[in-house]
Amino acid sequence: MPTRLQNEANKENLLINMGPSHPAMHGTIRIMLELDGEKILNSEVEVGYLHRGFEKTCEHKTFFNLLPYTDRLNYVSPLINNLGYVMTMEKMLGIETPERSQYIRVILCELSRVSDHLTALAAMTMECGAFTAFLYYIQAREELWNIIEETTGARMTTSYIRIGGVRADLHPDIKTRLAKATKINRRVLKDNHGLLDKNRIWIDRTRDVAVVSSKMAVNYGFGGPCLRASKVNYDVRKAQPYLVYDQLDFEVPLGDNGDNYDRYLVRMKEMEQSLRIIEQCLNKIPKSAGPEELLIKGLEPEDAIKTSRSKRVEDTIKLSPNLEGSEKVKYPGILTEDKKYIVPPKEDTYTSIEGLINHFKFFMKDHGIRPPKGDVYFSVEGGSGEVGYYIVSDGTDKPFRLHLRGPCFHIVSALEEMIKGHYVADVIPTFGSLNMIGGELDR
Amino acid sequence: MGRIKPRHHYPEERKYKGGFFTTKLNYVMGWGRKFSLFHYPFITACCGMEYMSAACAHWDFDRFGVGMTTFSPRQSDMLFVVGTISQKEAPVLRTVYEQMCEPKWVIACGACTLSGGIYDNYAVVQGIDKIIPVDVFIPGCPPRPETILDAIEKLQDKIQYQQQDWRWKSKK
Amino acid sequence: MEIKKVIEELKVKFKDDITEFSKQFGDDVIRVKRESLRDIVRFLKKTPHNFAMLLDLTCVDYMGEEPRFEMVYHLYSISNKNRLRIKIRLDENDLKIDSLTSLWGNANWLEREVFDMFGVHFNEHPDLRRLFMYDGFEGYPLRKDYPLRKRQPIIPMRYEDAD
Repeated sequence: MPTRLQNEANKENLLINMGPSHPAMHGTIRIMLELDGEKILNSEVEVGYLHRGFEKTCEHKTFFNLLPYTDRLNYVSPLINNLGYVMTMEKMLGIETPERSQYIRVILCELSRVSDHLTALAAMTMECGAFTAFLYYIQAREELWNIIEETTGARMTTSYIRIGGVRADLHPDIKTRLAKATKINRRVLKDNHGLLDKNRIWIDRTRDVAVVSSKMAVNYGFGGPCLRASKVNYDVRKAQPYLVYDQLDFEVPLGDNGDNYDRYLVRMKEMEQSLRIIEQCLNKIPKSAGPEELLIKGLEPEDAIKTSRSKRVEDTIKLSPNLEGSEKVKYPGILTEDKKYIVPPKEDTYTSIEGLINHFKFFMKDHGIRPPKGDVYFSVEGGSGEVGYYIVSDGTDKPFRLHLRGPCFHIVSALEEMIKGHYVADVIPTFGSLNMIGGELDR
Repeated sequence: MGRIKPRHHYPEERKYKGGFFTTKLNYVMGWGRKFSLFHYPFITACCGMEYMSAACAHWDFDRFGVGMTTFSPRQSDMLFVVGTISQKEAPVLRTVYEQMCEPKWVIACGACTLSGGIYDNYAVVQGIDKIIPVDVFIPGCPPRPETILDAIEKLQDKIQYQQQDWRWKSKK
Repeated sequence: MEIKKVIEELKVKFKDDITEFSKQFGDDVIRVKRESLRDIVRFLKKTPHNFAMLLDLTCVDYMGEEPRFEMVYHLYSISNKNRLRIKIRLDENDLKIDSLTSLWGNANWLEREVFDMFGVHFNEHPDLRRLFMYDGFEGYPLRKDYPLRKRQPIIPMRYEDAD
């Protein structure tokens, strides 16, 4: 079937096709261009090549089980997507989380935000031919992912932020490692400022290309760095502070023109602010409820199970290294007290009958987390804008409807208008500066 | 300081100046092919982030001779399918595969390409071997960079020992 | 301007068009009649209430209820920091609603998505086609009566599913 552009286009003009698998584009998107020489007269963007049926699948999963699907929406900053979903649920259930867990969430979300911006800029610079900058950015991201892995157990798809708190406590040695990673990140940012800021090629390709006025940005529902590059001061962290963002000191960087260069600069400045937030959080975070170091002393798990057959186990139990930081003693700091909404500690499940009942109550069909009837919307500030979840509950343990407001869906919908009147080569930095993430766009 | 004379451990080598070794043509062709894999990254989703890590300076799979990323299927030997393939993407993947020249190999990276992964629904192809033949599967959601490196070594082993197809052989 | 004032003003100005004012988990929700959607939304956008951003637009399928479908709009005002949710019920036999593409740019794709997933028709939409699914896909996947695993491949598979 002919597309809209094929019907509309003038017969004398050249039609070319970029994507869905194209050397100069990352992600799967198809852009059809109507060209006069090299000038773009008209264009059509086709999406949906990564439509994975996220919303339909979630309707068939329980509220607890659908958490891994949220990881894979914006796969560069999965923790923020976890947070968005979890906080929507907490708003619905009315759960208060411990202060320490809120600080942990902020630290990890800011790490995610930095890695999101690093990846976005890495892809943008690589497609413009700046390969050195690309390698630097990815190297910096690797440092951050190491820290995320130490705490959450996975590099990307973490499922770490849970309803009622977080899965495990921070890695005991996080302070020194974060200090090292922040240092490396600052150096990379400084290096890349030096490589790109006054680079003639970079400026020619990005300055005054795809200018988005503030009116247009708002009209299209932009968010995040793309909106702020157009001089609109809107950040969910400032407008409606969640977690502990109101106690932290950070700035919201703004651009001047709303061109590609501003979107690049705003991302660079935002990363510096995020690093600042992480440092403040490390100073302010309350002490852990359990011991600061790893549990080396304690009962072996198999001994504990043997003992539990005859009497109640009172001593602390040593857990397997995979569950590091999720010991029972640390629960008051990281998870809410309400037993209905959290997985009971493994020590209890295996050694006491109450724990076992709690465990089954949580995982059994038609039990588990059952929010009241109604619908709720909540949003957090994601890597490229406002990540919002709209959840409709009918009182059972599965969502009746779950809808994601993906920030880059709205941004990419403006691409047709942004590249109009520019040259073919301008499509690439423009598309790079939007930070298109397929999982979030097509869902 | 006088001129240093080249030292030869084996007296035979002095006789045949360049030196030589005997081998099978099949083996030496495999050896040549396995270290010069030009690959086409067909990146769609999450695993692409780990592919980026594996390709960049930290893990660096250029060490194994697959550093050359060609973005044209006609010039590549190996197809790296990274990420979920939806029903809409399936014809694109098959077209890319058919455009590649023989001999060609395919690595399927990540759980979604193996079996559809956690996405068992109306939109996702349940494993890309339903569309194209695959040589090496990499499990993981997403696989760690080490796993990707391991898969590359496995493919190289496969190329080394397989029956190489020669152009003049097929003409008979 | 606080959200309370907005609600009060709406109560006076659109007395007949808004059928219900409610609060859901702290969010303000209004339920409006289908014919008056564009007037109310234009009023909210242009006046000092300044709901300049269309945050989200989606649909919910309440199968078994009458009317079956519900459109949900989320508006946001950057200057006043207000949020408002607008709901409209649509009957299955008359799945039509006015398009908001003349007011917001992103409504274009959002409405195409709803058309793709639920089959809701938008009046005066410039380019109403499927967005995520492909030509030749039959049915609307997010409706409750569409089976989760009903696949409609474009190209023939090399072998069939085991199940």
